[in-house]
Amino acid sequence: MSQPLKYLGQGLAYALFAVVLGYFSTSPEYAHLPADSALLKLSFNHAAQRKKPCHERTDEEMAKLAKNMRIRKDCPRERSDVVVELEMDGKQLYHVVLHPPGLSHDGAASIYRRLPVPAGPHRFVARLKDMEGGDFSFVHEENITLGAGKVMVIDFKADVPGAPGFMFKS
Amino acid sequence: MRKYLQNLLLRLENAFNAPFGQALNPWYHLGAITFYLFWIVVVSGVYLYIFYRTGVDEAYQSVERLTHDQWYAGGVMRSLHRYASDGIVVTMLLHMLRNFITGRFHSFRWFSWVSGVFLIWLVYTCGINGYWMVWDRLAQFIAVGTAEWFDWMPLFSQPLARNFLVQGDVNDRFFALLSFAHITIPLVLLLFMWIHTKRMNHAETNPPLRLAVGTLLMLLALSLVKPALSHAHADLALLPDVIRLDWFYLAPYPLLYIWSPGAVWVLVGGITALLLLVPWLFRPRTRPAVAEVHLDNCNGCARCAADCPYSAIVMHPRQDGRPHQLQPVVDPDLCASCGICVGACPSSMPFRSNELVSGIELPDQELATLRAGIDRTLAVLHGDARVMVFGCDCAYDVHALQSEGVAALSLPCIGMLPPAFIDYVLRDARVDGVMVAGCREGDCQYRLGIRWTELRLARQRVPHLRQRVPLQRIEFCWAGIQDDERARAELGTLRARVAQLPREIIMEEDSREHERQSGDKNQPD
Repeated sequence: MSQPLKYLGQGLAYALFAVVLGYFSTSPEYAHLPADSALLKLSFNHAAQRKKPCHERTDEEMAKLAKNMRIRKDCPRERSDVVVELEMDGKQLYHVVLHPPGLSHDGAASIYRRLPVPAGPHRFVARLKDMEGGDFSFVHEENITLGAGKVMVIDFKADVPGAPGFMFKS
Repeated sequence: MRKYLQNLLLRLENAFNAPFGQALNPWYHLGAITFYLFWIVVVSGVYLYIFYRTGVDEAYQSVERLTHDQWYAGGVMRSLHRYASDGIVVTMLLHMLRNFITGRFHSFRWFSWVSGVFLIWLVYTCGINGYWMVWDRLAQFIAVGTAEWFDWMPLFSQPLARNFLVQGDVNDRFFALLSFAHITIPLVLLLFMWIHTKRMNHAETNPPLRLAVGTLLMLLALSLVKPALSHAHADLALLPDVIRLDWFYLAPYPLLYIWSPGAVWVLVGGITALLLLVPWLFRPRTRPAVAEVHLDNCNGCARCAADCPYSAIVMHPRQDGRPHQLQPVVDPDLCASCGICVGACPSSMPFRSNELVSGIELPDQELATLRAGIDRTLAVLHGDARVMVFGCDCAYDVHALQSEGVAALSLPCIGMLPPAFIDYVLRDARVDGVMVAGCREGDCQYRLGIRWTELRLARQRVPHLRQRVPLQRIEFCWAGIQDDERARAELGTLRARVAQLPREIIMEEDSREHERQSGDKNQPD
């Protein structure tokens, strides 16, 4: 092969490498969700009520315990499951039962869930139950218009003074 | 399957041999090019780091200023940083694929293979970490995606993705942490790169200069033609809509949403586990015997240790009571059975009239047997241009060249050929020429066989080819399995040349002198 042809061949090889690098470093483009979609993110961290309430130990019960363990108030560690429901336009969008983590099942339950939904006006209802028996302890309803490409976060905080419960952040 | 891939690879490499030549063929320097690209990333990264600001807004703005306000320096550096990083992925994966196809991953090579698998993880961690630092919509997409991916595993008390819920969740200190990680991880990567080459003697970590210059010019041209640009500033209240993904690093991210984070873990974990097991899953059933030291014929000169491509020979204090300081000890786990140590040993001397045993030998290819074979073959050669071809089992099969005027001997590696054997076959004009054949230049199966052979025959590395051997009677032929035409052409050239030369007679007393000289030069260079 003559010298000019060799240089041409080398140039083509380098050009091929450059084209591969240049193209795949940005292409093909990736569309994360359809253009007319919005995204709900349901996420919170919440410690449910204890499964059994605290109670005062009787003198007999105290006597059975070692001296250093004799504390009058007895609080069982295990917590209830957290039940969450999310409704959109009258239809259930999501339902989950979160078990408390930890060896004694006494930790705070956590959730992070992505829910792609069509953009537009919607009525959302969020419900949460964090104790044994009974109905949902926290319910929040709201009409929200979700723009295309918007992210709405549904958070929950039980310790916000005056307004404990769900927060819709959009 | 691997045979088919091997043929395909050889054809591809052959296509590159035409314009680049064997010495500069980039396929033979993929590992070294990866090292080189790493250094381009480091240098450009240091420049970018000078101007980079850690902060939710400052990070993005400082990268934008670099890209647009000083496009001629910062912009080019950013693009070089991006494209060299992408290049690392390409050359690294090709390097791995090529080593798999050519069978360079099992036995003594397992350590390099396994450490290479860890390098892949580190390179990807480094690259993905770098993309976070820009804090544009792409960074937002991969930051959230990475958090969601890790959240699939029950490692954390609360989901990592909660750190990226709304604007304000990400603070300035996060970018200080990212910067720290983007310095620390490359340092760890460098450490593993060093470990990766640790078991190789004379590891090639720099590509040939012309290849390095060509690669840099290509990257510069690409940086000017298509500069690396950011997406819009990250906004956690908005979905990253259409993303220009860097598919070299970020290809698994769409799978998080097409499949699930768990499925991506299974895919990535499965690929990693499979790669880690490759040296044992695909190893050959039998392994050739490793080199054996014969202390009776060893003066502890350490040439074998100096020439071993895989540091399989270590010099230890002498234990047999002979008046030499050292003796070689072969580590069987590291020995490639290539025989390069035999070619380096000054006692690999075929002129001996007594029993021929070298200081170090391959039990399957003893020199005495080889010499006897050569003597038998040469006795029946006839014609005007008789040639002895020394070849290599990993390259073109030199036995295909045998004829009434051509004898052939194939060795595990051409580096096993002691230069004295060339002298031996040319002695008394038993042949008129010698062809020394081996793998394609730059692609020696045992890395250093061609290099040491060329240096020994050029009298630049001990054991030297003796001065009395006329070099015009020797022809090199570095030819792969498929290079039949080339090998025959080289042989034809040699035979035509030696047919024109007068037959020289090498005196017996010179042979004894040769033996003495080789024995005296007992220090490796």
